[in-house]
Amino acid sequence: MGSEHTAKAFDSDLQELTRLVAEMGGLAERMIVESVDALIRRDVVLSKRVVAADAEIDSLQHVIEERAVLTIARRQPMAVDLREIVGAMRVAIDIERIGDLAKNIGKRVAALESDFQPLKLIRGLEHMTDLVQSQVKSVLDAYAAHDLPAAMTVWKGDEEVDAICTSLFRELLTYMMEDPRNISFCIHLMFCAKNIERIGDHATNIAETVFYMIEGQQILDKRPKGDMTTFATTVPGN
Amino acid sequence: MNDISVSVSSATGSVPPVALPEATAKVTVRGLNFYYGEHHALKNINLTLGANRVTAFIGPSGCGKSTLLRIFNRMYDLYPGQRATGQLMLDQTNVLDPKLDLNLLRARVGMVFQKPTPFPMTIYENIAFGIRLYEKISRSEMDGRVEKALRGGALWNEVKDKLNASGLSLSGGQQQRLCIARTVAVRPEVILFDEPCSALDPISTAKIEELIQELAEDYTIAIVTHNMQQAARVSDKTAFMYLGELIEFDETSKIFTSPSDRRTQDYITGRFG
Repeated sequence: MGSEHTAKAFDSDLQELTRLVAEMGGLAERMIVESVDALIRRDVVLSKRVVAADAEIDSLQHVIEERAVLTIARRQPMAVDLREIVGAMRVAIDIERIGDLAKNIGKRVAALESDFQPLKLIRGLEHMTDLVQSQVKSVLDAYAAHDLPAAMTVWKGDEEVDAICTSLFRELLTYMMEDPRNISFCIHLMFCAKNIERIGDHATNIAETVFYMIEGQQILDKRPKGDMTTFATTVPGN
Repeated sequence: MNDISVSVSSATGSVPPVALPEATAKVTVRGLNFYYGEHHALKNINLTLGANRVTAFIGPSGCGKSTLLRIFNRMYDLYPGQRATGQLMLDQTNVLDPKLDLNLLRARVGMVFQKPTPFPMTIYENIAFGIRLYEKISRSEMDGRVEKALRGGALWNEVKDKLNASGLSLSGGQQQRLCIARTVAVRPEVILFDEPCSALDPISTAKIEELIQELAEDYTIAIVTHNMQQAARVSDKTAFMYLGELIEFDETSKIFTSPSDRRTQDYITGRFG
């Protein structure tokens, strides 16, 4: 954004908004990692902590929204400033959703009683989580630094996450057909995988917001997508 | 991976209700320069005012926006040592032509000033006075014209029962609307507003802004304002001027959401000097 405002307080208002979004993002990143960690290690205590952390994210989102509205009312921001404030609100909404999805994974931990734990599935989920978490981290860094190329890298990098999700889905279907006793576990795991995949989508939303903040335009291109779970089927006997 | 070339939709440009069809040019300015004696106040200005459009001029004090407005109706002729070069066309009329009848020009290009300036006479006479300068009409015709002008100035309902009261007895906002009615009364083609609301309270300001948008249905409007929100609210196009130059001239929605020039951005976001 370069030079400072004549009204210095406006600068500190904007900095405070960015700082709050960063704080919120940090919390969400931790929730993602801990929720999947709790899932894999069946750590109910950790999972409860994840669920509780979501309230903090929600309240931060409210604070950001109030600050943003107040700043708009007080400063009547224009152009890059207006986009900055609208951007902060949009990013906060995406982070809030990320928190909800991680919380949902945390809630499922208690439901997973089975000892059934196919290593391949767990590895797949871990790998996907690593990818998504690094996407979220990169995009939040790009947001804070107004780094457009970094944001676009995230935007275009979601395809791999989708592909892993599709392959997990196929594998889960096979396990369920093998033994109906696996169904409950597999369905919970499928929801968890889908939640992680959705978190990846929110990272790309944030990348789009960063693009808008910097360029003052919306991206029209279609993002590359690799989530084929909508079409994936497994026919018994195949 | 770092390729960021993606197709985009402009923040505003592609949204149908905002992007108006290109208006026919009412006033065309080409290579206009203006001098206060030695001082070169306007430098090579090129722009057009679209017919039935509101064009706003913004910029810091001394940037030349009021000067430009005062050339549109040759107001500067009132002062010695001031001269303009270049071309300024009002339809087919060369406004800078030294032989031009200035009274006729000023009937075609009306002006409303920062401070309301009603004449020290009745409300009725404030309107009728101007009409009589240009036309001979009967009393009943005059009554009709005065009512029409006062309606045009969104003042009729407030003053219809006291047309013989002094224009000076009105509130500031009403006085300004009286001045707009007086301008409208002589059926101009272009109306120039020079900071029309800077002396008014927010309610009166809102009424004038509403009125300006209504007036754009019949007139071509240029407005100079220091209030950027006002420019953003009332105008179709905005010109940003700085140190006598026209820096950026574009759709208002573009100027206030994502201007092209750094200086425009710095000015409208309050980052200037």
